[in-house]
Amino acid sequence: MKELICIVCPKGCHLKVDEENGWAVSGNSCPKGAEYGRTELQNPTRVLTTTVCVEGGLYPRIPVKTSRAIPKGLLMDAMAEVAKVRLTAPVRRGQVILPDLLGTGADLVASRDMDAL
Amino acid sequence: MYDLIVVGGGPAGLAAACKAWDEGVKNILVLERDKELGGILNQCIHNGFGLQRFKEELTGPEYAGRYIDMLKATGVQVKLDTMVLQVVPGEDGAPHQVHAINGADGYMVLETKTIVLAMGCRERTRGAISTPGERCAGVFTAGAAQRFLNMEGYMVGRRVVILGSGDIGLIMARRMTLEGAKVLACVELMPYSGGLTRNIVQCLEDYGIPLYLSHTITDIKGHERVEQVTVSKVGPDRRPIPGTEMVFDCDTVLLSVGLIPENELTRQAGIAMDKRTSGAVVFENMETGVPGIFACGNVVHVHDLVDYVSAESERAGAAAAAWVQGKHAAGETLELVNGDGVSYTVPQHLRLEALEKPAQVFFRVNRVTRDAQILATDADGKTIARFKREHMAPGEMEQVALPPQLLKQARGPLTLSIREV
Amino acid sequence: MYDVVIIGCGVVGASAAYELARYKLRVAVLEAAADIAAGTTKANSAIIHAGYDPEPGTLMARLNVEGNRLTGEICEKLQVPFKRVGSLVVAFSPEQLPTLRTLYDRGCKNGVPGLRLLSGEEARAMEPGLSEEVCGALLAPSAGIIDPWGFAIAMAETAVRGGVEVRRDCPVTGIEAAGEGFVLHTPQGDVTARFVLNAAGVDADRVHEMLEPNDWETLPSRGEYYLLDKSEHDRVSRVIFQCPGPEGKGVLVAPTIHGNLICGPNAQGVEDRLDLGNTAAGMEEVRRKAARSVPGVEWRQNIRNFAGLRANTTRSDFIIEESKAYPGFIDLAGIKSPGLSSAPAIAKMAVEMLKADGLALEPDPDFVDKREHIVFKELSAEEKNELIRRDPRYGRVVCRCETITEGEIVAALHSPIPPRSINGVKRRCNAGMGRCQGGFCGPRVQEIIARELGLDQAEVLLEQAGSTILTGRTKTGGNEHV
Repeated sequence: MKELICIVCPKGCHLKVDEENGWAVSGNSCPKGAEYGRTELQNPTRVLTTTVCVEGGLYPRIPVKTSRAIPKGLLMDAMAEVAKVRLTAPVRRGQVILPDLLGTGADLVASRDMDAL
Repeated sequence: MYDLIVVGGGPAGLAAACKAWDEGVKNILVLERDKELGGILNQCIHNGFGLQRFKEELTGPEYAGRYIDMLKATGVQVKLDTMVLQVVPGEDGAPHQVHAINGADGYMVLETKTIVLAMGCRERTRGAISTPGERCAGVFTAGAAQRFLNMEGYMVGRRVVILGSGDIGLIMARRMTLEGAKVLACVELMPYSGGLTRNIVQCLEDYGIPLYLSHTITDIKGHERVEQVTVSKVGPDRRPIPGTEMVFDCDTVLLSVGLIPENELTRQAGIAMDKRTSGAVVFENMETGVPGIFACGNVVHVHDLVDYVSAESERAGAAAAAWVQGKHAAGETLELVNGDGVSYTVPQHLRLEALEKPAQVFFRVNRVTRDAQILATDADGKTIARFKREHMAPGEMEQVALPPQLLKQARGPLTLSIREV
Repeated sequence: MYDVVIIGCGVVGASAAYELARYKLRVAVLEAAADIAAGTTKANSAIIHAGYDPEPGTLMARLNVEGNRLTGEICEKLQVPFKRVGSLVVAFSPEQLPTLRTLYDRGCKNGVPGLRLLSGEEARAMEPGLSEEVCGALLAPSAGIIDPWGFAIAMAETAVRGGVEVRRDCPVTGIEAAGEGFVLHTPQGDVTARFVLNAAGVDADRVHEMLEPNDWETLPSRGEYYLLDKSEHDRVSRVIFQCPGPEGKGVLVAPTIHGNLICGPNAQGVEDRLDLGNTAAGMEEVRRKAARSVPGVEWRQNIRNFAGLRANTTRSDFIIEESKAYPGFIDLAGIKSPGLSSAPAIAKMAVEMLKADGLALEPDPDFVDKREHIVFKELSAEEKNELIRRDPRYGRVVCRCETITEGEIVAALHSPIPPRSINGVKRRCNAGMGRCQGGFCGPRVQEIIARELGLDQAEVLLEQAGSTILTGRTKTGGNEHV
């Protein structure tokens, strides 16, 4: 039996997950909590938000995010990949910067517009 | 002469301007001091915004981008790089004045029928909490560090101690770690965190960063740049306990010790303020004590979710539009008083005549509760409304909706209080 | 060879440079730190004392009263913010009333104008913020509040315009007497001078010892302060001192020329001359003592704590004297309180000593004894518009709390002694002085400094060498030191 705090909403339910019993979750107040408890213990994932170098825009960095959560263990590897990218403005919000980041199926996408100056 | 001038082009100002346009007011000007619209959201590159407003999880720049797009689809005028220096309320129905400057237009005195104040807030600094030690480089407010890191692309340090567990501090703990710095500790004066639980898990626990509750920084050493900080445990009186010192070798201290509504213009204009929120006293439609001047967002009270800022600001925008169209709220007011467990309410006054829909009341509690009731009690001791909450905490803003028909039966003032069941 | 080299560019060195700039002389000022006016000159009570404190007959007594008068004249000419708001020394008990009387008598002997003894009621009528405990006060109308570093910078800039050289990051590491003068060793090479003025502040004893053994030494005493938000400025309208007593000199509560409220200092002897830290105990002492005079101070409105070192020495008076073994080497040392108030008079005295030593003082007809200093927020709407038309950078407000424009920051960066640090810019145009303490404008000021001086942002310092603000760029192979 593993215990963890649910982070789906601000309520912060104290979940108990029974890994020997089909990952049964108790202590949750909603189905999303149960889902979180199961994934968090089997394959914890996080959305990565960071920045990428860009030239010719208002700022020298543009914010990016992964289009969906990627395995937690890959976050630092993903940061290393992202650090290699060099963009030139203009960049559009939603533009794919790196498709299928590290084979996770998640794309790295720009999260704002950066006009060329 | 403008119908509406919005002071500030962050999330509050954008939402107010868009809503006023939608309600039929067309001569609107937004004044923004930065080079672009969007305010502080532009540097909040993490996700978690918009679950209420857009039913999806957005980053700060994405949330801002949606509102900027909405604004661009209107005919609302915008002046960027423009600083408002003074707001002068018009007397006896005369137009209000907004004094502002920028490089292109020079010093402007603009006249307007209504104003929405949406200047946001600023961070509390080291001075405000009087942290002892030397005044070396390497001590940043978390927001200033966030701007350097996320927008300018600069690192502010390598070995970091964070004072305060507000959300910006927690988010910066993760950002600094991802960018290669070592975050040694997050230190919180109170016995509970000031940030959301999800941020404790995602930003500290994910990266093995210890959170020291009931601790504070008692010394900062380093003649030029930070070299060492001392952290001490504090007692129930929040004073450091001698003998509990821990020393961290670090080059950076980030402060996440609270936000203060930025109300210099409001005070200067003689608008009545609420000491508890550090913002203007407002009515149910976000109108201040000066008719035709409204306020919304973090300049009124510090929110923890931008979604609530948008909702509140849309109310302010709609009310400004109604004012321009000649619908001036008046009549009897019902005062809202803070009872046990409640540290403030926004609005502070309700005008029953103007209420068509339930009054949305935001408030904060002053202690952590489980299974508590929120009671609205009138001057005769009659409880006119009662709401249940499983969990409440000072770091999480609460809201209730008070229906007009119940309010009309109440004899003011109305007290909002908390009772644990 | 320089005619005169001044060691140290605090308010004393700057005053001396300003006095000497009037004459046809070759003068240099060597400042050890990265900027001028960055030692005790930047961290003190920012008060121009009336002059009733020092014992009659001392240098301090004479120079304070004369310095007070000169300060008013100089500030007028050089556009330095200064206001004679007056001061009150308050007594909390009948036992302290004789002390007020003593100060009154001393002041009269020292030639302080307009002194008056007041009852507690009279004092409270003038200053409603005073404690009920106050039972008497000494009013000194000629005391004032000033921008202390602005004062020093204005004099140094005027001196530089008049031909004086100022070298920064130029600590003197050795002094030798040579023929008609002195050779000073510095990291920037040797400097030779016929006369030397030692205005090295707290370190003046060490500078003197480079030449010859010293019969006095500096005993630095640290004073800690609170600087409160403008919302607290009106707590008092004059400088409120306490009677010196068994608990020490007491702390003052005063409005500042920048519109804040200042409270402090305590007094603590220190060994480390670089340790300007605040201590929890020291800050508590300041709060407790200040609250005794003015109980209403809202400490939550604090925007900054700081500390400064007094150049106390093993002697009680200022040390303004020439070396007996090495004529031409003159100490302007031990300039503790009322040093800021006395500085212009100390400079005049130093020039007289140089003259007596045979330095020819031929007036320089080209010397311009005035300075223009644009403070945008103090201009009328028409003047603001005119300025923005001429230079649109005056239309861009960078420091929101103090309404300081990009134009003013750029002007500071191209002033006669251009600052190279965030704090240097702050001292010249007040950007970052306000309630957010540079939280918002710091990064923007840094960007402007980098642009104007052709630096990378990460090279811009807070103050001294080593006070790096940024440690590198993201995404560039690590968090490298620049």
